[in-house]
Formats: sequence, C-alpha cells, structure tokens
Amino acid sequence: METLIIVIAGILFSVGTYMLLSKNLLRIIFGTGLYTHASHLMLMAVAGLKQGAAPLLSENASAYVDPVPQALILTSIVINFALTALILVLGYRTYMETGFEDMRQLKGMDHE
Amino acid sequence: MNNLLIVPIAVPLVTAMALVFLQKRPGVQLFAAIGSLLASLAAAGMLIVQNKTEGIQTLHVGGWEAPFGITLVADMTASLLVAAALVIGICCLLFARDPALAGHHRHYFMPLMLILVVGTNGSFLTGDMFNLFVFFEVTLIASYVLLSLGGTKTQLRESIKYVLINMVASTVFVVAVAYLYSLFGTLNMAHLAERAAEAGRDGLVTVVGLLFLVVFATKAALLLFFWLPGPYGAPPMAVAALFAALLTKVGIYAILRTFTLIFIHQPEVTRTVLLAMGALTMLLGALGALGHWGIRKILAYNVILSVGFIVFGIALADGESLAGTLFYLLHDMIVKAWLFILGGAVIAIAGTDRLREIKGLIRYRPQLGWMFLLAAMSVAGVPPLSGFTGKLLILKSGVGAGEYTVSVIGLATSLLAFYSLLKVFILSFWGETLLNEGEQHATGRNAVLPGLVLAALSLGLGIGSGAVLDWLEPAVGTLLNPSVYIDAVLGAGIR
Repeated sequence: METLIIVIAGILFSVGTYMLLSKNLLRIIFGTGLYTHASHLMLMAVAGLKQGAAPLLSENASAYVDPVPQALILTSIVINFALTALILVLGYRTYMETGFEDMRQLKGMDHE
Repeated sequence: MNNLLIVPIAVPLVTAMALVFLQKRPGVQLFAAIGSLLASLAAAGMLIVQNKTEGIQTLHVGGWEAPFGITLVADMTASLLVAAALVIGICCLLFARDPALAGHHRHYFMPLMLILVVGTNGSFLTGDMFNLFVFFEVTLIASYVLLSLGGTKTQLRESIKYVLINMVASTVFVVAVAYLYSLFGTLNMAHLAERAAEAGRDGLVTVVGLLFLVVFATKAALLLFFWLPGPYGAPPMAVAALFAALLTKVGIYAILRTFTLIFIHQPEVTRTVLLAMGALTMLLGALGALGHWGIRKILAYNVILSVGFIVFGIALADGESLAGTLFYLLHDMIVKAWLFILGGAVIAIAGTDRLREIKGLIRYRPQLGWMFLLAAMSVAGVPPLSGFTGKLLILKSGVGAGEYTVSVIGLATSLLAFYSLLKVFILSFWGETLLNEGEQHATGRNAVLPGLVLAALSLGLGIGSGAVLDWLEPAVGTLLNPSVYIDAVLGAGIR
C-alpha cells in the first residue's frame, strides 16, 4: 500500500512540475496545489500506513498509529490553504492591474 | 526551563494582533510596536547574559519534555541573532515613520512588520525541524503581504514570482522533513543530532541534508538567488531594509544550525558543496552589483554577495572561522539595514533610484551622505568599523585551511562591493544638484535617527571586537561541539 501511495505522490509531483512550468498563471497556481498534495501523501506514506489503532488511550490496542505525521500534515494543510487563498487573490489582482496572465509578460524588463 | 524564551515571540505577536484593531491610530501603533520590540529586546539581552553565565537556555513549551514536545532553545548564537533582529526591527519601524507611507500604516503595515520579526525570532529560537518550517512560513506570509501592500504593478508582478518560488521551496522543505522523519523518527534537532551520530557516515543522511540545503539556499539566496533582486526592488525601502537584514539571514541561520549539528558526518561532501556555492554566490553577486545602475539593484546584489561570504565561513567550520561567521552575520544584519535605510532616503529625496539621474544630494542631507560613506567602508571592512574583524577571521582561517582561491574571491569581491557602493555615494552625493530649490521629493529626515543608531552599533561592534569575540565564545563552543546543545536540550534523563 505504501508503494502505491508513493507512486501516486510521484505522479502528482510530475504533473505539478509540468503545470508549474507552463506559462499560464492559473495553471501554475494549480501546480503548487498538486505539489503540496503530493508532499502530504508522501509524508503520510513514509511513516507507514495503518499500523495500529487510533492513538487514543481508550482504544486499548497493542499497537498505535504514529500521530506525528498526521499532525504535521494537518499543520501543513492549514498553511497551504492560506497560501493558496493568498496567491489566488494576488494572481487575480495582478491580472486586473496588468491584464496579463502569461508569465512571459510578467518578466518586468521592458515595460518599466 | 526558562520562560524568557517565549517573550521575543509572544509579546510582538500579541501586540501585532492588538494593533489590527488600532489601525486608525498611527501614533499609538508606532508607540506600542516599538514598546513591544524593546520589551523583547530586554528579554533577549537577559538571555544573552544567562547564556554567558549559565549556558544554553531551553523551554519545553506546554511542559512536554523533549523530544516529545516542541522545544525552544536559546543558545548564544540564537540569542544574539534575536537581539540583532529586534534592533533592526526597531530601526526599520522608525524609518517607516514617513508621510509617504501613511496609506501603508492604515492598512495593517505595523502588525505585518511585527509578525515578520516574530517569524524570524521564532526561526532563531526553535529547536524543532517542523517548527522551523512553521516559523519560516510565518515570516514568509508576512513578507508576501508586505511586498504586495500598495498594489502597484511592479509590486504585484514581483510578489507573484516571489510567492511561487517560496511555495515550491516550502514544499521541498516538507518533503525533506518527511525523509528526515522516516530516517530518524524524530524532528527535535537535538534528538536528530544524536540519532545522526548513531547512524554515522550514512549516505542517505547526507542526501537528506543536501535536500535541506536546497531549501535553505533558496531562502538564503545562496547561489539560488535569481529571485531576490526583483522583489527587493519593489516594496517601499523600509520594507526592503527589513527583508535585506532579516529574511536571507533566517536561511543562513538554518544552514549554520543544521550543518553544525545534524549533517556533520560527511564533511567532505557537505563542506565542499557549501564552499563551492559560497564562492559562486560571491562572484555572481559582485558581478550583479557592478553591472547595475539602480540603487535598489546594487544594494540587493550586495545582500547576495555577503551571503556567499558568510557561507564561506560556515563551510570552513573551525573555531576561528565560526567566530568570524557569527561576527560577520551580526555585522551584516546591521549594515544591510543601514545601507537600505540610507539608500531609501536617497531614493526618497531624489524621487528616482537611477544613479544617472541623481546628483549632488549632499546639499540636502549631509549627515546621510557621510553615513553612507561610513556604511560602505564598513562593508569593505575598513577598521575600526564592524566589517573588519569578521572578514579577518574568516579569511585567516580560509588561508590556513589552504582554500586560497575562495579566500582571494572573498577579498576581491569585498573590494568590488566597496566599489559598487562608492559608485552610489559619488554619483548621488557629489557634484552639482539636478534639483532646484524646493524640488526635492522628501526631506530624508526619518532616516537620520535609525541611521545614527545603526552607525553607533557598527562602530561599537568594530571598536569593541575583543569584548564581542569574548561573548561569542560560548556560541562557537556550541557550534563546534554538538554534544553541548544535545545535553542542554535532552538532559540526562531521556537517554
């Protein structure tokens, strides 16, 4: 199961890279979204999947799942939620101000 | 356990949150913000003294013992950097007392500046890898908003690129943390250092270390600096000064901490990579500083150049070079804030940052002109200013280690940096002014007080080098000998 998740994370990373390298601003933003999903999947998979009961004392199990990666993922999700919101607004404002959504036009060399 | 450690993080953070509700009272905002930074500075000063007398101070947040909870660790390095960051925060806030920034002040400028300082303080003080990521993000998110605040075309265009680069770097950070956790099953830095020592010369550990290096190098503008000149040229100079003094230094601190504590077991790989990256950064930064004719760009490339020099010191990693590195790091934070503040005043008075269109500003504010010359000399390392001691120690250790090429690059590029700053000084201050009476765009008065404070610090650091090096001794001891750090955090109980 871990192998499958790792492969999925790899696929998400490559698709994300492809999107990041495109010229359209919106695609690039979606690319960063895929990147973070891939990194979260990876974080979950490298710690091992479903190795015991939920980490609560009332479960009375012999083995518990390691809660740390999940706490890390939760924190990272919150941060990335805020970041994605920010960059979407920033992208929208940039589009409204400059009228460009093509990264080649955002180089900033010739129209200063 | 020492509750003082939370002060430089909690006090400015709570103040920032309170200031959100006081956005229409700029006077109160400035007063409260500087008050909170001064209170934190007092705490940082006490931490420095305690480090000297009692050794490393730690705080297990919430009472969760390391390595189970998040630990804040203030060794001498972290305490000194926190103090420097707070002083610079105060100076930048004083410089931001500018009528041209009134719009900014109405739009949560003060709270954002405070949160940026909170993020840097947190990054310096944390003893946990993931917590480092969180504080990096706190710093960065504040910087994203500060960069785009104002919403001019240039700012928006540059913020998009800046945010995207940093989002990718942060993702790589999370991936590197995942690898580290899968290798060692812990994220507490002291615990990591211990487990890395058990693993010994393991290639996998080094690979993860290099992955971290990519992340930190992007944040520190070490070789991967292509993103830096644009964003540093877009926002108001008070913001750029804070960026120049603090943002890259957080990345450098992360490199310094991880590569003297955790990833130390294959120095022939890590140090060679650091050395090469440092040398290239110095060269390319110097070329950029020489080739540009805008004040903002020249200053931005000076930031890059000095990052290369500091990393050269980290790569040498003996007692002398680390003392030099810490000294130069403190000097560089002060002097970069100083240069950006003075440069900002020049741009404000002349109304442009293109050197060919500025002349004879010495007539308007002679103090600023002479201070700029002093700052340029400090960058070049003219004694008794603060650049000299750090440079001397690093170069001495470099020559001693047989790294002649990189040492020569270090010397030559510091001369080139001096030349590029002298170019700014001569072109903008000398000659007949192009502006008629009453045509200057600003008075530049707001730069005088922070400029004087930073000048005093640079001179004090230079003249009191001997005493400063004395105080740096425990910091260097910790960097050279990770077991000091490990023992202070984990104690004897856990093992």
